[in-house]
Amino acid sequence: MATFTLNINGTKQEVDVDPSTPVLWVLRDHLNLVGTKYGCGIAQCGACTIHLNGTATRACMLTVSSVGNSEITTIEGLSENGDHPVQKAWLEVDVPQCGYCQAGQIMTASALLDKNPNPSDEEIEMAMNGNICRCGTYTRIKKAVKLASKS
Amino acid sequence: MTLVKTKIGRRAFIRNTGLASGGLVIGFSWLASCKMTPEQVNSLPKEWFELNGFLKVGDNGMVTIMSPNPEIGQNVKTSMPMIVAEELDVAWKNVIVEQAPLNTDIFTRQLAGGSQSIRQGWESLRMAGATARHMLKEAAAQAWEVSADEITTKDGVLTHEASGNSAGYGEMASAAANIEVPEEVALKDNGDFSIIGTDKKNVDGEKIVTGKPLFGLDVYKEGMLTAMIVHPPAFGMKYKGMNADAVKSMPGIKDVFHFEVYPEGIEKQWSDQGGIAELVAIVGNSTWECMQAKKSLEVEWEQDSTAESTSYHEEALAELLEKPTETPARKDGDVDSAFKNAAKIVESTYSAPYLAHNTMEPMNFFAHVTPEKAELLGPIQTPEFTEKTVAARLGMPVEKIDIMMTRMGGGFGRRLYGPFVIEAAVISQKMNAPIKLVYSREDDMTQGTYRPSYKVKFKAGLDAEGNLIAWHVRGAGTNDDLIFENRFPAGAVDNYLAEKHSLQTNVTTGAWRAPRSNFIAGAEQAFIDEVAEAAGKDPLDFRLELFDRAINNPVGDPKQNDYDPERYAGVLKLVKEKANWGSESGKARGVAAYYCHNSYVAQVIELEDGGDMPRVDNIWCAVDCGIVINPLAAKNQIEGGMIDGIGHSTYSAMTFNDGKPEQTNFDRYRLIRHSEAPKNIEVFFVDNGIDPTGLGEPSLPPAIGALSNALYKATGRRYYKQPFINDRPPLVG
Repeated sequence: MATFTLNINGTKQEVDVDPSTPVLWVLRDHLNLVGTKYGCGIAQCGACTIHLNGTATRACMLTVSSVGNSEITTIEGLSENGDHPVQKAWLEVDVPQCGYCQAGQIMTASALLDKNPNPSDEEIEMAMNGNICRCGTYTRIKKAVKLASKS
Repeated sequence: MTLVKTKIGRRAFIRNTGLASGGLVIGFSWLASCKMTPEQVNSLPKEWFELNGFLKVGDNGMVTIMSPNPEIGQNVKTSMPMIVAEELDVAWKNVIVEQAPLNTDIFTRQLAGGSQSIRQGWESLRMAGATARHMLKEAAAQAWEVSADEITTKDGVLTHEASGNSAGYGEMASAAANIEVPEEVALKDNGDFSIIGTDKKNVDGEKIVTGKPLFGLDVYKEGMLTAMIVHPPAFGMKYKGMNADAVKSMPGIKDVFHFEVYPEGIEKQWSDQGGIAELVAIVGNSTWECMQAKKSLEVEWEQDSTAESTSYHEEALAELLEKPTETPARKDGDVDSAFKNAAKIVESTYSAPYLAHNTMEPMNFFAHVTPEKAELLGPIQTPEFTEKTVAARLGMPVEKIDIMMTRMGGGFGRRLYGPFVIEAAVISQKMNAPIKLVYSREDDMTQGTYRPSYKVKFKAGLDAEGNLIAWHVRGAGTNDDLIFENRFPAGAVDNYLAEKHSLQTNVTTGAWRAPRSNFIAGAEQAFIDEVAEAAGKDPLDFRLELFDRAINNPVGDPKQNDYDPERYAGVLKLVKEKANWGSESGKARGVAAYYCHNSYVAQVIELEDGGDMPRVDNIWCAVDCGIVINPLAAKNQIEGGMIDGIGHSTYSAMTFNDGKPEQTNFDRYRLIRHSEAPKNIEVFFVDNGIDPTGLGEPSLPPAIGALSNALYKATGRRYYKQPFINDRPPLVG
């Protein structure tokens, strides 16, 4: 066990965990931030996507010891009132079915739009390809990303 | 206007109950209008028919509807309350929807599955809303001393025009609680609907996009430990022994033990299907610590029954396809002599592998078992059956078992089966502590209850004019016999023979979104195209010809057929028009139509140019599911179902080597992704005012047929073996 001070959603948080613990489980088991989801544990499904210094990153294979002073943003910290343009677009298009993967999808989409405010269809698909939606809401997700890119 | 009775015999479907804080509370039997088969009725507990849905009109005019049905992503939590609100005549913005728990003082039995929630709840949901509205009107009539017939309602406001009286529902709610429940209530005419048929957004949408705790895995309680299981590495193996001493002393680990989930002689429910008798549990402070211990733990297993491989399943199913059955499932005319006289015969065999459900949220459940009671919380589609096994396994009366449901991160049939609930309960009892059982993705994918592996052989005979004169289908599946003998083209061909076999295997299987239809539809609809080609006819027109036959001159007793040929032809005609079928788009197109879960779906799929596995460019989809409650969400289900069908038939497979699953996570088990999904989807509903039918499953099966027919046009190859990505069929012709 070791103590780590993490910068999460603009707040310093201290945790005492094994250094090999992935950020996913630090968030969920130790900090009560459960919006970041467990799906596969091997960075294949994208359900655990967070922003690490603004870049979409899989939290399930990111060890707590490797984070240092980097800024972590989770779905809970994406916006104060759930009104990030991507969140609003998701509601407008009524994207979710079961909803489980959507936090990860939103985190990947918002990181994409930060870097590329007007992505083409192909750019959206390439950026989002690491995020599986088992319910098959892919066409709606693309529509929502495009809607968000206009705002 | 339709009048419906609020009780039949002694069985009350509606009752009003008191509420200390004022207002009106109506209890109703959510599924009471369902016309069940005798088998279904026999399998249900007596309490089924008691009240399980509630609506409350508060003094402030806010309406709370308690939705008893589990939400697995099919959006019933939004659409079912819409039906109540419609008949109540209340503004949707003033409705709050709450998920009801199981087995408290007021709610009793609940179930989700088979795309039946809306179909079965339709009448009772309307009845509940209409009854409350009636009682509010009566209360207003008494207060204003006017006739209730002269009072109108709109958006939660009662108005008596002649006297100029007007009041919100909230003002009359407490008085309405004293009005007697009417014997009979009037339902609205379809033309008067103002909520049903309009787009309403997911009631949990904001919570989902902001990452609020909604799912079973999000449950964290004071003093809760995490538990994981280790199950046999292969089907056909069982626990032998282990040395857990080293692992027990790992950081954060509380205990490691072997336990029996299903001891010999314990009474099981159908929802226990796929459950493994003996497991190892690892219990610790956190998920990661349990995962680390799991990696280090060495358990010894021994062979218990045959080690089966995919090659065995394929060979054994192929052998069955060569064997006639003793009693055919259905036989019309004489196929043998018809084949002798046929001008042309077409014959093909199609197959598909096992599939895992792979809900994005792996199986999990919270359990806190004390000598006094068992508190269980998590994602399960069949709580009332699971509860019985929990009671039997813990040695506690059913009354002491409380199961609460969370929103589910996907179902697809997987959460009909709840051995993980029993496992959680046993682990909690043993630890004497609250625990959350968490399956790793690998545990989830390798545990079973798979979609069975299937093979089917079709043989069709055509006369010299290209008319279909004979149809023979023989199907086989692992632990499942595949064939729906009374579905199309039964009734549309003079000589018809349907035979079905089941291969018993120890790889456990279960219902997977649109059971059986998820394979047989694609195979049948691809084969119909082969037959149409042999007949020299347009594939869509060939299908319509067959439906004409079933409409005008059906073979056998038309009541024997599962489908209505006019509605079937209706969706084909609609999709023909919308896709402008027959006009040269220059792109490869395929068509398919299928009936399942009481609904009819036809699709035209158009592919992009190029490649061995060209991507789907456009889909036109026509759906007849009767009245559509919430078109926005209904389209979502239809779109998702098609992507599900296209994805699994193209990319996914679960294979076995000596009983060991060869795919354990999403690195080797391929699911469809963004860049492979259809680019454009258009959904069209038939507007016929018929009572609503299934929506969560029916769009999946035909998508596989339309895709394989389009692939043939694009590549010149007939794809017979799923997943298509691994199939390298020869060029035809």
